[in-house]
Amino acid sequence: MNNTVPLPTPHTPGPAPTDDIPLEVHDLTVAYQKKPVLWGIDLVVPAGKLIGIIGPNGAGKSTLIKAILGQVPVSAGWVKVFGEPLKKNLRRIGYVPQRESVDWDFPVNVLDVVIMGRYGRLGLFQRPRREDVDIARACLDQVKMLPFANRQISNLSGGQQQRVFLARALAQEADLYFMDEPFAGVDAATESAIIGLLQELKSRGKTLMVVHHDLSTAKEYFDMLLLLNMRVVSFGPTEQVFNNELLQKTYGGRLTILTDVAEAVKQQS
Amino acid sequence: MPPSFQETVRTPNGRLRGRIGLSHLLFLAIASIPFAARAARVGDVVETSVWTQAVRFLTLSDPSVRYALLGAVLIGVSTGLLGSFIVVRRMAMAGDALSHAVLPGVALGFLWNMSKDPMAIFVGATLAGLLGTAFVSWITSTTRIKEDAALGMVLAGFFSVGLCLMSMIQGLPTGNKSGINSFIFGQAAAIGPSDLKLMAIVTVGALLGVGLFYRQLLVTSFDPGFARASGLPVRWVHHGLMLFLAFAVVIALQAVGVVLVSALLIIPAATAYLLTDRMHRMLAIAVAAGVAAGVAGSFVSFLAPALPTGPFIVLASASLFSAAFLFSPRQGLLLRWWHQRSRNARVARENTLKAIYHLSEAHGFKGEGALVRELAERRRSTLEEELVRIRGLVAAGWATLSDDRAVVYPTPAGWQRGSEIVRNHRLWELYLTNAAQISPDHVHEDAEKIEHVLGEELVRELERRLQFATVDPHGKAIPAIGDIRGSAPSRGDTTIGFRRSGP
Ligand SMILES: Nc1ncnc2c1ncn2[C@@H]1O[C@H](COP(=O)(O)OP(=O)(O)OP(=O)(O)O)[C@@H](O)[C@H]1O
Ligand SMILES: [Mg+2]
Repeated sequence: MNNTVPLPTPHTPGPAPTDDIPLEVHDLTVAYQKKPVLWGIDLVVPAGKLIGIIGPNGAGKSTLIKAILGQVPVSAGWVKVFGEPLKKNLRRIGYVPQRESVDWDFPVNVLDVVIMGRYGRLGLFQRPRREDVDIARACLDQVKMLPFANRQISNLSGGQQQRVFLARALAQEADLYFMDEPFAGVDAATESAIIGLLQELKSRGKTLMVVHHDLSTAKEYFDMLLLLNMRVVSFGPTEQVFNNELLQKTYGGRLTILTDVAEAVKQQS
Repeated sequence: MPPSFQETVRTPNGRLRGRIGLSHLLFLAIASIPFAARAARVGDVVETSVWTQAVRFLTLSDPSVRYALLGAVLIGVSTGLLGSFIVVRRMAMAGDALSHAVLPGVALGFLWNMSKDPMAIFVGATLAGLLGTAFVSWITSTTRIKEDAALGMVLAGFFSVGLCLMSMIQGLPTGNKSGINSFIFGQAAAIGPSDLKLMAIVTVGALLGVGLFYRQLLVTSFDPGFARASGLPVRWVHHGLMLFLAFAVVIALQAVGVVLVSALLIIPAATAYLLTDRMHRMLAIAVAAGVAAGVAGSFVSFLAPALPTGPFIVLASASLFSAAFLFSPRQGLLLRWWHQRSRNARVARENTLKAIYHLSEAHGFKGEGALVRELAERRRSTLEEELVRIRGLVAAGWATLSDDRAVVYPTPAGWQRGSEIVRNHRLWELYLTNAAQISPDHVHEDAEKIEHVLGEELVRELERRLQFATVDPHGKAIPAIGDIRGSAPSRGDTTIGFRRSGP
């Protein structure tokens, strides 16, 4: 495994041109059936960083990603991707959903799934080209899944399925990646292989936001951490944010008041 | 509902779990047969023999036969295509609800100008179906009621409204009511040229739609979240699919009837799903199954004109499903049973060969064959049991039995196979003790299984890893490839165990 002591972040002096900011979230509020699950999220995400999103179950980590990607209705706030509304820059976004979000008995094989990563780049009636297939194969190779290219996806282990999803995101050739628990159900060897891959993407200037559950490795893996529990508890360089006080605030009981208020809001309407 | 069938359908590997209430559909199919006597007839033919009917059908001399057949083909294509997507999207219940919800539209379309005008009925039925679907989304999005309950309510509610309107139409003093009943259970012979025109338009539209937007349909069905994040119009694809689903249901009404049309969406697709694991092949197989069922069902119902078409088409597709369920190369019950059986038989034969080898080894590889008595003693079985096993060997060409049934002689091939099994066994034991550090008294059981599955490649790999060791963990010699191949008969000047000419 590579040594992963994060480099000190070079602060860009002065206001950066907007295109350099991969993601900007302003006052984002999301509610499910009137019950708010995210409150006033503000984020300005710098480029070329590997960022961990951390928080307890139900903190709204998946919801934040879905809201940024426009998959759940937003009650307030806005999102800008590379300085523009999301729709304009969808091609620059890669996404690894939670593994449980799809039906693994679906009649497709591994290569079919990875080629789906190319679909966003094809025209309305365009079929995947030779080149797209080659890229998909190369991405499978990067996650060491090329020998499984023709396997039906239900005949894969959980960790292999996770790697297929990762390969599909790689095939998107994006600049900003969102990954929801890419390490869930993955063995230690695969995990370190994946983190190596993510670090390589980062070194090529990509920005990655990764939902992660293991606090013992979070410090080592990520340049920056987003501590989330219905609101942004803290967001900053790992060495500044990863401390007991803030973690306590994220995982501790102090935020239950927000949950109570959310419940009250739901009752009211 | 018979739960037992549902259970068996779901068992193969659980792929159909939660997708399809097949038992529900079959129940409908069977329950509808008693109604047949009251339902409309296929063709207006009376009092003709089965033979003349069959000839009429097969020679296609009758225009109504030609229309019925062409209709069955068109319906098979459109329902097969759309049904496949319904099944993989776990929307079977939605298809069922939609198909029942069209009934009030059929009645209203009829009332529009008091005749069976295909266009009016098409429009009415499609609108009613889409309204039902919209109702379901409305209920699920504004209340906490889940989709299955909403679908159930809308299905039954719309269907009841439809039934009331139908009986009202029956009671009307005027108007040409003939044929309106055929929409309940289907009457392929009532298909006319103007129906066919609509069917052709819808089917061609479905083919074009699936052909042009296959990619979009595939990814939005598999992973809608990802599809949306890649900028694909998930919502539009869904609406388009539902619209064509409604069209496909409505054009199939005339032939199959409101009650059973959802079966045609689901059963051919489910059949295909058992047979393949690639979507494009599933589409092709579902279309083929739908067409075959449509043609077969129309044929049977044509032979017995007192019976409606719908149940026969559904029964035909259910038969196809059963056949796939039993005979599918991947998940078919029968084939799996057969493989299991032949595997067990092979393992039993190989074990007998192995016992012969062991016996021969105990005698220092002297003598020509193995005494059946000794073999039985060694394996603690009776002489009869042993003879049954030996007969299996003889049938497979791996041994011969002396005329007095006292001695068994392995053939060269049998001896070779027996040596291979022993070698595999001992190699594997050695590997487990050496490489995996499992204690020697724990490895036998495992080797008993592994010895039958190791292929040539793996054996060579094992030998290499074990540096061509010649002795197993229990101190016994591992038969080397050289001994097994070619020079098999003798080790030095010792005959090792198979019959030579002469005494
Ligand atoms: N589709 C939904 N409908 C209603 N409520 C939902 C829905 N999805 C999530 N929620 C609620 O929103 C809150 C945040 O859920 P979310 O899935 O974003 O949490 P998470 O941080 O990703 O949790 P986990 O660590 O378990 O993945 C939870 O309280 C959850 O109950
Ligand atoms: Mg989550």
